[in-house]
Amino acid sequence: MNSRELWISFQTIVIKEVSRFARIWPQTIVPPVITTSLYFVIFGSLIGPRIGEMQGFAYMDFIVPGLILMSVITNSYANVSSSFYSSKFQRSIEEILVSPTPEWIILAGYICGGMVRGIGVGLAVTLVALFFSDLAIHNLFVLCSVVVLTSILFALAGFTNGMLAKSFDDISIIPTFILTPLTYLGGIFYSVKLLPDFWQGVSLINPILYMINAFRFGFLGISDIGLVYSYVIILVFIAILFFVNFQLLRRGHGIRS
Amino acid sequence: MQAALEISNLRKTYSNGFTALKGINLTVADGDFFALLGPNGAGKSTAIGIISSLVNKSDGSVSIYSHNIDTDFSIAKAQLGVVPQEFNFSIFETPMQVVMNQAGYYGIDRTTATQRAQKYLTLLGLWDKRNNQNRMLSGGMKRRLMIARALIHEPRLLILDEPTAGVDIEIRHSMWEFLSDLNNTGTTIILTTHYLEEAESLCRNIAIIDGGELVENTSMRDLLKRSNREIFVLDTETPMKYYPEGMSNVTAKDESTLEVEILKGGNLSEVIMALSKQGFTITSMRNKSNRLEQLFIDLVNDGHKNTGDSRE
Ligand SMILES: Nc1ncnc2c1ncn2[C@@H]1O[C@H](COP(=O)(O)OP(=O)(O)OP(=O)(O)O)[C@@H](O)[C@H]1O
Ligand SMILES: [Mg+2]
Repeated sequence: MNSRELWISFQTIVIKEVSRFARIWPQTIVPPVITTSLYFVIFGSLIGPRIGEMQGFAYMDFIVPGLILMSVITNSYANVSSSFYSSKFQRSIEEILVSPTPEWIILAGYICGGMVRGIGVGLAVTLVALFFSDLAIHNLFVLCSVVVLTSILFALAGFTNGMLAKSFDDISIIPTFILTPLTYLGGIFYSVKLLPDFWQGVSLINPILYMINAFRFGFLGISDIGLVYSYVIILVFIAILFFVNFQLLRRGHGIRS
Repeated sequence: MQAALEISNLRKTYSNGFTALKGINLTVADGDFFALLGPNGAGKSTAIGIISSLVNKSDGSVSIYSHNIDTDFSIAKAQLGVVPQEFNFSIFETPMQVVMNQAGYYGIDRTTATQRAQKYLTLLGLWDKRNNQNRMLSGGMKRRLMIARALIHEPRLLILDEPTAGVDIEIRHSMWEFLSDLNNTGTTIILTTHYLEEAESLCRNIAIIDGGELVENTSMRDLLKRSNREIFVLDTETPMKYYPEGMSNVTAKDESTLEVEILKGGNLSEVIMALSKQGFTITSMRNKSNRLEQLFIDLVNDGHKNTGDSRE
């Protein structure tokens, strides 16, 4: 395929992915917005004032970046894992497999679809957050680059999940047992500096901590972690997951007998 | 003449250890209408799966118009259209979305895709249903949707895996006509089917596989020439009170049905005259099975080392 044909094929996958989640918006867009709004109300408005300041910021302002990024993470992931798995389950993935579209375009298309949903929901949550907090932006470049990279990373992880899943249960196991705990323990609600040394050390194994802190830096200019470490960690994970997914697709794991 | 499809030494052993193809060699010429026949489980869909890169082969090579499907996959795939045996589209999409997306995966621009979508959905009688969800289509419509989808990039080689399964007689005939027209305008077609009269009336060349091996590969005409016997079923006017005597090729099936086996060069009218001399009045007559069906059964049974004439 020439570059124009590749572009058409890529666009086709992205548009198909976006219209899929847009069609079922009550399942895909509304719930995360409601959930995060509840966080804002309960932790920010009701409990927040009693907690006082966190690293010199009102508690509400402190948790907003993490909650936005959490919605980006879960939605990027969920979109790709469930969409890819169901196209595998319905075998409509064969429509792409018989075509000349190369593996990397398939991967890029699904990832981009996941990013649109992740970042779209992130934006919706940000709009809601504006009712609760005056969001200032400290560094727009960090903000945008971290959200885009994080979204790529978790879309890739969702793809791996979709490829390896053998049943619909497998699609919810990883988010429930790994993703959500890691996100909650990734410093959305607290600064890891509040933890005892030992638990600070343990927290550093959690890659999500690096993303949330870098993202918070974009808004507030504070971070528990050096920015460079955050970028390195994110990029390394992206590289690994890209490679893994590419190999799985190549071998046709679970999609070719 | 250039080959549309060249398969050499194709083998497939599934991950559970089952060998579905045991080294198949096959060439289909450009412009051919080719029948790929074989009993259930012979390996037809496995072979088609490999050709369309949905099944990983264990050994061998496949070329489509001289383009190897592994090393030259982009060009090879662009020339191939496949209608699989099982439905494999999203039931939540509409026929229009299915064909438009498929066009996109082949890199076809929207304007061309829209024109072709209209053309093929109309030709296959799905234009009125274009915006209905696929789950609301009938079985026959779903199958026709897969044909429209396979044609959207106008492939030179079209492979159909049992396209007429579950399709009513009227639509089956219009599908035959459609496929014949397509073949006449230059598309090479390979078809699998269990309706042998379909293969006989449409296809010029034929391969039969059984148990993962090629047991026959010849032209339809030559194969039919080999047909050396035919069985006719005769109905008598009234229930027989006694059975015909002295006629080794006539057997009574029940009290008003006789079967006559006629070998190549034999004379059916002599038999009928002899029967009427004995007092039997024949009111109607038909072939027990069509010629291809009989040959097919014989060939496949040979492979199974059975001795009987039929597998009824
Ligand atoms: N994924 C698989 N894993 C293991 N064995 C398989 C798989 N798919 C097919 N087979 C086996 O391979 C053999 C050939 O199957 P195939 O589907 O190619 O037959 P077929 O000729 O298309 O039959 P039919 O006329 O019933 O469609 C069968 O014995 C089948 O059980
Ligand atoms: Mg089959």
